Amino acid sequence: MATIQPHRVRPGRGVELALLVPALLIGLAAYALTGLGVTGELPGNVVGYGVGMAALALGLHVVLRWRAPYADPVILPVAIALNGIGLAMIYRIDLGMVARGREQDFATRQLGWTTFALLLAAGVLVVLRDHRTLRRYTYTAMVVGLLLIVLPLVPGLGVEINGARIWIRLGGFSLQPAEIGKLVLAVFFAGYLVTNRDTLALAGPKILGLQLPRIRDLGPLVLAWAVSISVLVLERDLGTSLLFFGLFVAMLYLATERTSWVVIGLGLFLGGAALAATTFGHVAARFDVWLNALDPEIYNRAPGGSGQLVGGLFGLAGGGLFGTGWGKGRPDLVPYAESDFIVASLGEEIGLTGLLAILLCYLVLAERGLRTAIGVRDGFGKLLAGGLAFVVAFQCFIVVGGITRIIPLTGLTTPFLAYGGSSLLANWIIVALLLRISDDARRPAPDLVTGPPPGTTTAPLPVRTPGSSRAGAPRREGEPEPSADPTERIAGPGGVR
Amino acid sequence: MSELTITLLRLGYLVLLWLFVASAIGVLRRDLYGTKIVDRRGRPKGPASVTPGQAAPPSPKSPAKGQQPRPAKPAKSAPTRLVVTEGPLRGTTIPLGASSVLIGRAPSCTLVLDDDYSSSRHARIFPQDGGWFVEDLGSTNGTFLGDTKVEQPTPVTPGAQVRVGQSVLELQR
Repeated sequence: MATIQPHRVRPGRGVELALLVPALLIGLAAYALTGLGVTGELPGNVVGYGVGMAALALGLHVVLRWRAPYADPVILPVAIALNGIGLAMIYRIDLGMVARGREQDFATRQLGWTTFALLLAAGVLVVLRDHRTLRRYTYTAMVVGLLLIVLPLVPGLGVEINGARIWIRLGGFSLQPAEIGKLVLAVFFAGYLVTNRDTLALAGPKILGLQLPRIRDLGPLVLAWAVSISVLVLERDLGTSLLFFGLFVAMLYLATERTSWVVIGLGLFLGGAALAATTFGHVAARFDVWLNALDPEIYNRAPGGSGQLVGGLFGLAGGGLFGTGWGKGRPDLVPYAESDFIVASLGEEIGLTGLLAILLCYLVLAERGLRTAIGVRDGFGKLLAGGLAFVVAFQCFIVVGGITRIIPLTGLTTPFLAYGGSSLLANWIIVALLLRISDDARRPAPDLVTGPPPGTTTAPLPVRTPGSSRAGAPRREGEPEPSADPTERIAGPGGVR
Repeated sequence: MSELTITLLRLGYLVLLWLFVASAIGVLRRDLYGTKIVDRRGRPKGPASVTPGQAAPPSPKSPAKGQQPRPAKPAKSAPTRLVVTEGPLRGTTIPLGASSVLIGRAPSCTLVLDDDYSSSRHARIFPQDGGWFVEDLGSTNGTFLGDTKVEQPTPVTPGAQVRVGQSVLELQR
């Protein structure tokens, strides 16, 4: 038993600026070392690149000082560092391809997307003054999210690449609408669950120490499961399907605090995936590649062989503990080394040591998101921040797990690292939203500074926590109205709880 | 370039990467360990006072209107902390300083109760003339000192039980 003494939160903009320096240096050093490693001299535009990236990052930093002074100081530097590492690796793959006589200039395009994504993130921070505004668009988000998921199935618009139908082609650009979709659906899930979580958390039968929900409350879960399984079957992509369903189950768990949802969700998904693997050929082929990757028969299979996966594994093995050094490996031998397999490429050139540092960066990013969710006072913000943090972490798990053969390989992109405009845009918007919510979470509570004096009639918002209902005894004090107020507070910002 | 330079650059890059990760985690460390937790039984290690931002401003209902409450530290008998002895927050202590303690469910209270039977701003415990007083702030279910309902600011002696909703509070030395 102890007393918790609240401590004063510092805005942290100075810390952020100090962390941005090594973050930018990481990207720039990787770029310079790549040039040194491949051609023996520094890339010609290294100064321009460094100045440009620094200007973009500092620009976002200034926007934060202006619009979100209490935002978390770690999120932006980590995202900048990851983005810089990704750009350097894409440039490195370009050089490798050019050396093999295949002209490729993905790095310039990715740099363009980075610029656009950072400007968009700044725009989100400027325009969106309060994340609770997003709650108004809960059901709009649902419609938009579902449309984005099914967009690749529209004939003429969707294109099939390597068996997976998760891209659309729009005027020369191919986009993965699911990347934006995950963001929009996180908004929908947060808005939906914050209103309906009481129903979903209602008491049900208790079996084997597990509090089960009532059968009729399973509806939304079954719906999300059906959508994700149909994505698996129709778009032939395990990653997208797993990402959406995982996001839904995780947010359901965040909202209701009931482990049974996770157990039921995982059971449903594993059952559905196993069924799909036995019924559909293309899913079964993916499972074969995963389970028997080193089998010569599967390695040499003409379409859908395990060559790419095994190449990535050999790359990782070649990198060893400390890697071959930037530009000294052969990551370009693996197909899609700049997008799907960028983790294997990085593992080859900076080794396990570097790869672990990168994974730690993701861990820090996810931790900051979850910490924001704990700190923020409104239920919608809690769920949104928790969901967004989870989706970044989960996507990393799916990608790295696929490459290291923990789960079947999927076509998802590594956040911030992989080549791909839609992925970069979506992840920078996620960062902007997390920064916006963390500003609200860390800002000292305004009613401590300018609140009305106690005793005046303006009743403060009542605090209600789930599970605090007790029977009997005197009459209850002002229960909050059922029409959930968007500014509903879940926990007090200060004081002893 | 010599082999040595290349190796140094390669390892130097990894060092840079880990330095960045370490400094990011160093920033987080303050967030994780920044909350001071003071043991209830032992002597408070940190400065035991309520942060000024946390202290409730003087209530207009206060008997000493317009008069700043005097610091209450005259004798050895002065209580040093407020302890929750019953209720959901049982075991919580609040160090008593020169400022009053606001109790209720509102997030801005010094002691935020998670209790359906207490009001948003339920009661106030404040120092005056060297002693501590409890005052009900117009709560629905009332504040009780022992068995008597608190109608007006009443002096509280250390050990006396103050009931707020389902919680019982006590001043201790």
